[in-house]
Amino acid sequence: MTAPRLAAVAAVLVLAALPSVLSSYAVTVFIFIFFYAYLGQAWNIVGGYAGQLSAGHAAFVGLGAYASAMLSARLGLTPWIGMLVGGALAAALGALIGFLGFRFGLRGFYFVLLTVAFAEICRIVALNTEAVGGALGLYITFTGDPRHFQFQDNRMYYYVALALMLVATGIVAAIERRRFGEYLKAIREDENACEALGVNTFKYKMLAMVVSSFLTGVGGTFYAYYLFSLQPNAVFGIPLSVEIVIRPIVGGAGTVLGPILGSFILSPLGEVSRVYLSQGSWSGLHLVVYGVLLVLVVLFLPEGAYPAARRLLARRAR
Amino acid sequence: MDLTLVGQGLLSGLLFGGVYSLMAVGLTLIFGVMRVVNFAHGDMMVWGMYLAWLLATRAGLDPYLGFPLCALALFALGWAVQRGLVHRIVDAPHEMQILLMLGVALVLENAALVAFGPDPQRVRSELRSATVWLGPLFVDVARLVTFGVALTLTVALWLFLARTDLGRRIRAASDNPYGALVIGTDVARVYAVAFGIGAACVGAAGALVSPILPFQPAGGLSLSVASFNIVIIGGMGSLLGAFVGGLLVSLAESLGAVFLAPSMKELVSFSLLIVILLFRPAGLFGKRAT
Repeated sequence: MTAPRLAAVAAVLVLAALPSVLSSYAVTVFIFIFFYAYLGQAWNIVGGYAGQLSAGHAAFVGLGAYASAMLSARLGLTPWIGMLVGGALAAALGALIGFLGFRFGLRGFYFVLLTVAFAEICRIVALNTEAVGGALGLYITFTGDPRHFQFQDNRMYYYVALALMLVATGIVAAIERRRFGEYLKAIREDENACEALGVNTFKYKMLAMVVSSFLTGVGGTFYAYYLFSLQPNAVFGIPLSVEIVIRPIVGGAGTVLGPILGSFILSPLGEVSRVYLSQGSWSGLHLVVYGVLLVLVVLFLPEGAYPAARRLLARRAR
Repeated sequence: MDLTLVGQGLLSGLLFGGVYSLMAVGLTLIFGVMRVVNFAHGDMMVWGMYLAWLLATRAGLDPYLGFPLCALALFALGWAVQRGLVHRIVDAPHEMQILLMLGVALVLENAALVAFGPDPQRVRSELRSATVWLGPLFVDVARLVTFGVALTLTVALWLFLARTDLGRRIRAASDNPYGALVIGTDVARVYAVAFGIGAACVGAAGALVSPILPFQPAGGLSLSVASFNIVIIGGMGSLLGAFVGGLLVSLAESLGAVFLAPSMKELVSFSLLIVILLFRPAGLFGKRAT
């Protein structure tokens, strides 16, 4: 076994053992770290590797969350299956956005706007559709039944979130090792050159978008059944899209471990400000900090923290 | 459908279009000169509104008199953002510029949230309650004045760019930065001035609508989107396009509000954005597609 692989196994074992020593509140913080790392990892496929900046990934979370919550409430379908349906719907939306964006050649700023526009349209439609709760949103009654994706014990959510993060990371690692990953990176670096070499860039960008939106949509079910309430402004809103985007960018977009590192840096920060600052007039403060961080990363650390840390370690080792 | 209602919608749309034009002219100037999209445009406008609100509540200054101060403050902000941040990444990949400006937008929006709270505000103005009748249609005097001032400012900016030395330098740097550098233009200064003017436009626009339009920190995004809509319709970088586009988009939105539920107004503008992105990315007056 190679050293990195050994380190990975050790890290997973430590994370698996942690809940037995952590306080209940610390478990909650870790759940958010894992969950946002999962969403960041899903975004990483299309935003990091393929370099297609989607600023509307909240649309997929919202669609997945609403789908599994509605299916459970109306048809009694267990969210364990509903999460796949939600993922499929999100993938369909992702395919539509991707098809329009890539077929019509929208790049950079134009693609960002397209994704924002779709997410905002989803939000406005959800706000104005009484059948899905309108502006009040959806509330999920707590049964604590694992068959309904609900757990009495917070630690079960911990393991589900950890599993989600590990699965997404495994998928990203597998993509990176395959030719698909190389194509995506080539598209990010120079799409025209990539096309000139005969790579079907449309196909690979679509594939990246579909996988990314599917995983993000699956995450929506976790969001719904962990928080037990879905408000259109929260689950489709720009702030959630920012939360999804910022972790991989700070940690290192287009790297396997970047989104996880970014989440370990930023999620505790967001959680602290949620607990201590969300009362009263300080509710926007952690987003101010995110904004400053984003600016600093672009100016001083454009590759993100993970590649920089790696270089630093390599220099140490020499 | 009541025809007066439609006429009323068209009229208020047209009058509001003056503000849209001013916003969009600011955005398109920044883009035309630096090829940088100011994602913080709407948030800068919100700051213009809050500055007008501060002037009105603290100093008793009517926004229709105080707007030059708001424009000046936003000029300074735009100058500082360009000098301190944007200048470092003018030649960086587009993704980096987008992320930087998203960061600036986040800071501005949420700083406003921290400073002023989430509740909508509106500035009181003496003109607010006065109305005049135009045949069967009535008009707020406030809207009329807003339209007039916004129009005047847009024309003044136009003259500045066309007639003055600095204005010509800005257009030269926009046409060909390298060429402008070769003939001895201080491109860095021209960029900072252009960004400052762009921000000042939107600062003035914000102050001018502050008595008409209720505002809140979270409103920056939809104002940014409205500006993007307009400049893309008008063609990125085209001043004339931004001006005409402002009137068109405003008309479309107010018709949307008449025929659909008012809450659907935003839906119209986002749908419009998608349609424009797909079918007319170069806009009506655009020189090139990017």
